Amino acid sequence: MTQKKLTIAITGLNNIDSPGPGVPVIRGIKDSGMNVRIIGLAYENLEPGIYMPGLVDKTYLIPYPSVGSESFLDRLTYIHEQEKIDIIIPNFDSELYLFIKFSDTLLKMGIHTFLPTLKQFEERQKDNLPEFAKKYKITVPKSKAVLSSNELADLPNEISYPYFIKGKFYEAYKVDNYNQAVFYFNQLSSKWGLPVVVQQAIKGTEVNVIALGDGEGNTIAAVAMRKQYITDKGKAWGGITLNDERLLKITHNIINETKWRGAMELEMIKTDDGEYHLIEINPRIPAWVYLAVGAGQNIPEMICQLAMGKKVKPLKTYEYGKMFIRYSWDLIGDIKDFEKIIMLGEL
Amino acid sequence: MSKLNSLAISDNGFIFKPSTGESFTTNDLGLVIINLLKEGKSNEEIISAITEEFEVDAITAERDLYDYLDFLRTEKMID
Repeated sequence: MTQKKLTIAITGLNNIDSPGPGVPVIRGIKDSGMNVRIIGLAYENLEPGIYMPGLVDKTYLIPYPSVGSESFLDRLTYIHEQEKIDIIIPNFDSELYLFIKFSDTLLKMGIHTFLPTLKQFEERQKDNLPEFAKKYKITVPKSKAVLSSNELADLPNEISYPYFIKGKFYEAYKVDNYNQAVFYFNQLSSKWGLPVVVQQAIKGTEVNVIALGDGEGNTIAAVAMRKQYITDKGKAWGGITLNDERLLKITHNIINETKWRGAMELEMIKTDDGEYHLIEINPRIPAWVYLAVGAGQNIPEMICQLAMGKKVKPLKTYEYGKMFIRYSWDLIGDIKDFEKIIMLGEL
Repeated sequence: MSKLNSLAISDNGFIFKPSTGESFTTNDLGLVIINLLKEGKSNEEIISAITEEFEVDAITAERDLYDYLDFLRTEKMID
């Protein structure tokens, strides 16, 4: 029996030094052998995924979420009319709010998603992390949401240098003094808006988990990883899968308690005493997802199946000691392709 | 020795610790000590094996063994 061809639209094609997850998500889907047509959704005309040979079948530019929901829906409606999209996998924190808010509207159009609920998305926001931790009994570093740089001079006693100062959606900087803190506060607030979050630095090793919840409390997939090579932007440029039972148990508990729906990334610090401190929950697939695929858990494929309403058997194991190492590669493009994406907004 | 058994150790002395993602390299002496510890040998038996394998006296072998056990404890590869 021939499998129905699915048309899957994917954002996050910015495979740059702070990479989006789109390209590895597409690689995972293609590795699965599913019968698919891949539609790239790009915000910028130089996102590398647009031009990578054999990656996407067609790309459309879409407006930034900040332009407003009307433009967002209008553009998706136009693309859907051309392509008859079955599934959309959004990959940016900053766009998730709109995709979650309009997920019912999209479903009525015939477009499936598999995303957290708005409540799940909101309660794990960086500025809500202390309340989240209290509710679900998780250890987190002391933190404070800051709305003005003046507040940096009057932080709670439990927060001392060095601490991290974090943008609402992305970026974090470790600061050692007040002047540095004010500098990064201004930079982060102008780029990502308010609040900016100050979080006590914890000494230890950063360990991460990519996980997928079915929305009913079950963990469908979970792979633990330690970054081996970190860029100056804090991004993993190399990593290795771990056999960390305690970390996976924490992950299962969080998914069970929150009834998490969709993909997530847990960022934790493991101290020398073996304590785990949750520093962030990203409500989406991380850019290192292809390591999970390589270790035996094809999370992008499972998201597609869940989005289409299929039952997916939870995966309990994966291969430890699998590594990924990113690299940069110069693609040679043609000005005619660049012209098309600029002039027509599609390629 | 359950901690040692969880390590991936290759014949050329590369050690991978799956619980933390750390990797180490060790020399022939370290490999011999680890393998004997995994077999459940006593310290006296290991010292005897080192003296035979590396042609050193018992005092040197004992010092080498305890230095290596310190390293394994520091890296939490044994209790």
